[in-house]
Order: sequence, then C-alpha cells, then structure tokens
Amino acid sequence: MNQYFACIFVPDFPVEALLRAEPKLRSQSLAVLEGKAPLQKVFAVNENARRAGVDPGMSKLQIEPCAGMVLRARSLPQEAAAHAALLDCAQSFSPRVEARGCDTIVLDLAGLQPLFGALPKIARALSRRASDLGLETNVAVAGTPDTAALAARGFSGVTVIPEGKEAEQLGSLPVEVLLGNSTQESGQLLETFSRWGIRKLRDLAALPHLALSERLGQAGIHLQKLACGATSRTLVPVEPVLIFEEVIELEYPLLLLEPLAFLLGRLLEQLCARLAARALATQELRLCLELENGWQTEDLSTNNGATGVLARPGQSRLFQRTLRLPVPLLDSRTFLKLLQLDLKAHPPGAPIVKIRLAAEPVRPRAAQNGLFLPPSPEPEKLELTLARIAGIVGEDKVGSLELLDTHRPGGFRMQRFAPSEPFSPRRHRDTERDDSDDLVTALRIFRPPVDVAVTMQDGKPAYINCPKNKEMQGEILWVAGPWRSSGDWWEQEAWARDEWDIAVQGEASIALYRLVRDRLGGRWILEGMYD
Amino acid sequence: MSSLPLVSPAALGRPVAVVASTWRTLVFKRLSAMPKLAGVTPASRLDVRPAPQTVPSGVREIDTLTGGLPRGCLTEICGPASSGRTSVLLAALSAATRRQEVCALVDISDAFSPHSAAAAGVNFEKMLWVRCGEIKQKADSPQRHTDTEKKNGKIEKPVEQALRVTDLLLQSGGFGLVIIDLGDTPLKMARRIPLTSWFRFQRAVEHTATVLFVVSQVPSARTCASLLLKVSGTKLSALSCQLSAETSPAHAQLLNGLQVQGELLRSRLERKPSGSVTTAFITKVG
Repeated sequence: MNQYFACIFVPDFPVEALLRAEPKLRSQSLAVLEGKAPLQKVFAVNENARRAGVDPGMSKLQIEPCAGMVLRARSLPQEAAAHAALLDCAQSFSPRVEARGCDTIVLDLAGLQPLFGALPKIARALSRRASDLGLETNVAVAGTPDTAALAARGFSGVTVIPEGKEAEQLGSLPVEVLLGNSTQESGQLLETFSRWGIRKLRDLAALPHLALSERLGQAGIHLQKLACGATSRTLVPVEPVLIFEEVIELEYPLLLLEPLAFLLGRLLEQLCARLAARALATQELRLCLELENGWQTEDLSTNNGATGVLARPGQSRLFQRTLRLPVPLLDSRTFLKLLQLDLKAHPPGAPIVKIRLAAEPVRPRAAQNGLFLPPSPEPEKLELTLARIAGIVGEDKVGSLELLDTHRPGGFRMQRFAPSEPFSPRRHRDTERDDSDDLVTALRIFRPPVDVAVTMQDGKPAYINCPKNKEMQGEILWVAGPWRSSGDWWEQEAWARDEWDIAVQGEASIALYRLVRDRLGGRWILEGMYD
Repeated sequence: MSSLPLVSPAALGRPVAVVASTWRTLVFKRLSAMPKLAGVTPASRLDVRPAPQTVPSGVREIDTLTGGLPRGCLTEICGPASSGRTSVLLAALSAATRRQEVCALVDISDAFSPHSAAAAGVNFEKMLWVRCGEIKQKADSPQRHTDTEKKNGKIEKPVEQALRVTDLLLQSGGFGLVIIDLGDTPLKMARRIPLTSWFRFQRAVEHTATVLFVVSQVPSARTCASLLLKVSGTKLSALSCQLSAETSPAHAQLLNGLQVQGELLRSRLERKPSGSVTTAFITKVG
C-alpha cells in the first residue's frame, strides 16, 4: 500500500490565533501589530486587510487611516495555544505527527483509511476538526511530506494529490511557495528565479538538472526536486504534550462578570473541543486572572473543591481559582456555570487584563449504570445543583458529613458531597429488611445550644428556666443522670461535662431534653431534644 | 366545517317545545365540531391512575399501616416535640441509603444529629445535608449583613432558603428521598409557606422515583400531601412505662426510648377513605 501524508497549514497564523478568541472579527479587516509603540509594524494581516492594501511591514501610522481596520497586538500565548490546538487536531487522527513551524503540521496517514475512509474524506475530516477548534486551515494529502506541505501552502481548502500527479498539480503554484521564509538567502534565490523568468514551479521543474546544479548548487537541485514532488524523507514525530491551556489578553480591562463569562465560555468551548479531540475529559479547571491592580491576600479555600488565592500588590497580580470536580466531565456549559457561580461567590475585586484557563486532562468516565440499579443524580447536574445550593446557604453548609474519631460532642465535619456509584443491587429482601426492632430514638440538636437556669434539689435538677423560650421551662418531671464525660484535657480545648436526660411538661405533651452542665465553664445548656 | 347558527329558536319565532330537541342536537353537533374540544376525553373514558410504587419506610408498623412511602408523592409526618418524628425520619433515611439511593436532607433548623443518624445506620456517603441558616460573613467583609438589612428582610430566612434548595434538588432529579425538616420551625413561619410551593414540589416529583418527605409540627402541605401521618407525643401516664423504675436513684435511671403513637390522617393511595387508623411502636436510645 502506498504511503500518504497530510499537511495542515494555517494561513496568516498570528491572525488566526487571535481570531480563535474573537471570531466576530473574521469578517472584518484585521492587522496584527508587533513591536513597541510608537514603532509598531504590521506583522500579519487577514485577507480583507490584504485586499484593502495593507501588507506586513507597514507601520501603524500608515494603516491607521484605513477605515474599518481593526488593529490587535501580537499575542504569543494565544499563538502557542493555537499551535497546541493544531497538534491536538492532528494527533486525534494519527500518533505520527510532525510540527514544521507554528502554522504547519504534517501527519502520517498510514493505516487510517480503514478507520476514517478514503483520503479525501480524511482530509475533509481534518479540515472540519480544525474548524471546530477555531482555525481555518488548508489541508493537502500527498505521497511525501514535502509535497503535502507545498500543496497545503499553495492551494486553499482541501487538496488530494494522487500518486504520480505531483509535478502536474504542483506546477501551477508560484515559486514563492517554495521559499516561504523571508530570509536573505531565499530573497536572493527569488531574485535569481525572477531574472531567469521562472514564475511557476513547472518552470523550475523543466530546468536542466546539470545546469541548475552548476548555477545554484545542491540547494537548487533540492528546490527542483521539491517542485517535482520527488523528495523523500522520514517523518520526525513530536512527542504529544498534554497541556490544555487557553489564554486571552484583553485590549481593555474587564470590570464586570458578565463579559468575563462570555470570554470564559469561548475559552471553555475551545478547551473542551481540544479535550474531545483527544478523547479526554477533565476533573480540574484552573482559572488565573491577571488583575490591573493588586489586592489583599485572602484564603479562598472552600470545602467544595474550589480554592483560590489573591495575591498582594507588589508580589504579583494574579487571582487564581481552582475548580475540582468529583468525576471527569466534558461539558463547557456546566463548567461555565460552575465558574460563574464560583466567581460570583468570590469576585476578583479588580479589573481583569488577562485570562488564562487550564484543564487537567483525565480519562473520561466509562461507567454505565445498570438497568436495575437505583437512580442517582447525573454528575453534571449534581455539581451545578451543589454550586447553586452553596450560593444560597453558604459553602460550608452543604455536603456530606464525616464523623470524627473523638468523643467530643459535635465531632463531625462537612465534606464535599460525592456519592459513590451504586453497587450491584443485593436481593430486595436483604436491602429492605425491617428494622423496627432497631429503631433509634433520635436527638435533635439545638445549634447554638440554649442557655438555661437550673434549680437543683437533692443534687438533681428540679426546675429549668429559659428566658428566651418559654416552652422549654418548667418543673422537671423526671430526670436521669448525670453521665460524666471529659476529654482533650491535654490540649487547650479541653472539655468536661455532665449530661442529664430530663422530661418537662410542654404545651401538648411531655418533651424530653438533654441537659448539659459544662463543668469547666459552669453554665447549663439544653443541648437537644429527643424526638 | 358546517356553519350552524347558534341562535335561540325562540328568537326565530318557532314554538320552543317543537324545536327543543333539534336545537340541543344542533348545539352538541356544533360543540363537537369545535377544534379546541376535539381532543378532550370524556370523563367516563378516563383511565384510573395507577397506584404509585411504594418503598419501605424503615418502620414495620408504619409500612403495615400505610403500605410504605409512595414514590413520586409528597408524604408528611407531623407531631409535637418528642413525638418520634425525627426517629421515623432517620429510619426512612437509613432504609433509603441501604437501598443505595441518594438522599437529601434540607435541615431548616440545623437540628440534625450525626451521631443519632450513625446509630440508626444512615450511610453518610449517600446523604446530602443542607443546613439552612444565615450565611457566615467574615468580619472584614464588605458584604457583612447589617441590622438594617436584617430588619428589612433582605437576608433570606431559613424557610425561604429551604424552599429554594428543595426546588433545586427536585429539578436536579435522581434523588431517591428528599426530606424537608420543618420540625423546629415556628408554626407561624411554617404556615406562611405558600400552598403554591407545595403544589410545585408535588408536580416536580410526580412521575419520578423520588419520595418527598416532610417533617413538621402541624400539617403544612395540606392537600398536596398524598400521605399524612400524625405521631403523638408522650403522655405523662406512659412516661413511667418507658423509663426505668422511678424509685431508683437518678444516676441509675435510663431513658430507654420513646413510645410512639402513629395515626394515618390521609392516604390517597387507596380509593376508600383512610379514616383514623392508629399504630404504635417503640424507639430505643442508641
């Protein structure tokens, strides 16, 4: 079977990297500037700007009079993110991927045809996936990596060059395609070709081999082989780096959460598309906001998995939030809502100038609930519900509880609610056994405990008086106790108490309370009621 | 569609007795031809709603009395202080978590005792505990609640929090048991819960596998409750039965448990009226 290679090329890569974050600018004239003010020069332009007469190398002053021209500063982090997205796109098809610069990726298509179909279908799928990642690309398929790269640079859209037709198809391309980098050497070669009257690759391919070698040396021979599509070399695959991070550098500081959510939504969509391209999900999202002004340090750790740090002025100006999820998820809308709720509870407190969002990749959930398992909430919905509930009652008041290994009253702590997967159901007779014999008398805890005044008689409580609640006062009909307990005497938070169970005549019936005397403080409290 | 005149025959100048039957036929014909009424099923052809699936409540006597807790319905248990409501709550919670169902407890007065629940056998991994109450604010927080805000009612009260939380939980779905604990809520506040909220909750759990369980002092959900159970408090005469001998010294006495009387006040699970059927059971101190 013949070997084929595909090349993905992103024309005007710096422009495309910016358009990923602002796709609405795609229909406008956009110029990317580089350099320090006031000596900024145009680094890259899109097609609309090119039609308006703007070329790379022009100064900012020259293009400012152009009506409707949008100017943006070059963003290296966004270009790095776009390159990573391009790699994700290619590596979602083949593990053998070569990076030829930021804007060009070549991948080996060996063995892909049984999986993805014919070559044109693979090329279209590559183009579509790149488009899903926010990049408009040219895709070309050919028998050699160099031919595929030349075709991707020269032809827009999707191109498939059959074996043996390389020279014929590449012949119509201009010579400039061969010498992409604007170095001094390539400039001299272009000038030479121009003097010889060579405009197209077919002209270069038609030159006599020996004469070309005498005049241009091995470089000329190599260029002629490239023009004929006759080169052959081994692909140099890159190691896949699983870093999923998206960045937006803002032109103006953001003050409100609503426009921030809009940008976060776009970043999350790109992240989720990249993760989906690699069949991964995420369990941890890290949001880092660069603020215009510094702020005070604040510990923002919470029990729902979100943590945050706000730095001091002078140290750095970063506001970080980390969102940890109990299960791997891949839903940008869920992530956005969770981040919105989190930022609403913990606002950054200063204008935002840069947004960095990273996802920790993990394998997606592969669990499928059984038909006969009890119902359980969907993890995505449950996370959102918990976040919303935390917004209503407070983050420390929702979750599951864990008993602590102590005799101290109230020895428990709240923790993140993450119900375990239901196991295979046992027989119903086992799960639904009657437990009437094991019914436990429950205690309702008074939080905070109720302070009472107690009258003692013969060493036993005889009357309680509660100024705040008249239902909890009266003659004690029956009393049992005391049960003395103490603990943590070796620490500062030592406790010692006497517990009594008492019965007091209420309005409708008799109420049973747990009465406690703090032996260290000397006060009487009603800790709870038996119910 | 035919255009039949809907004009009184008397107005046409004809004798009423002669044209009455014809007129009725015409009216029925005209009404049946109206598109809005075409899809209406006559009452005589309505199907009987199937009885909901029930699950054990964890108390054998209550299951015998009621048939269990109905899924997709609102069940209410009411009673005064120390009447055994919370013990029934814990039994239901324990039974549900044993069935591997995910449960939620909306605790309005933050009165849940983890140690009692552990003694009752509740699996905490499967239980979501929502403790309503005022949100703690840091001392230097600019959003700290002021007294004026409290007086103006800008701060959400626990009951309002509970209603919103319950809404979210029921909309989220997937919970086997959702409990609203109104046990210590003052009657005045419990009665202020609008009936529309209970209707909304009832509609939210309808056709789902969720059991909505409300614990209160007096019936709050009113007609929305498919099952209403009343537990009565301890009488002075019964107190001596459930305690050890009074003659022994106080430190030798023990609270053995509660003797609970349950009365079924309403059950929509059966066509016949439930009447007043009672049962009794005893809880033990864990």
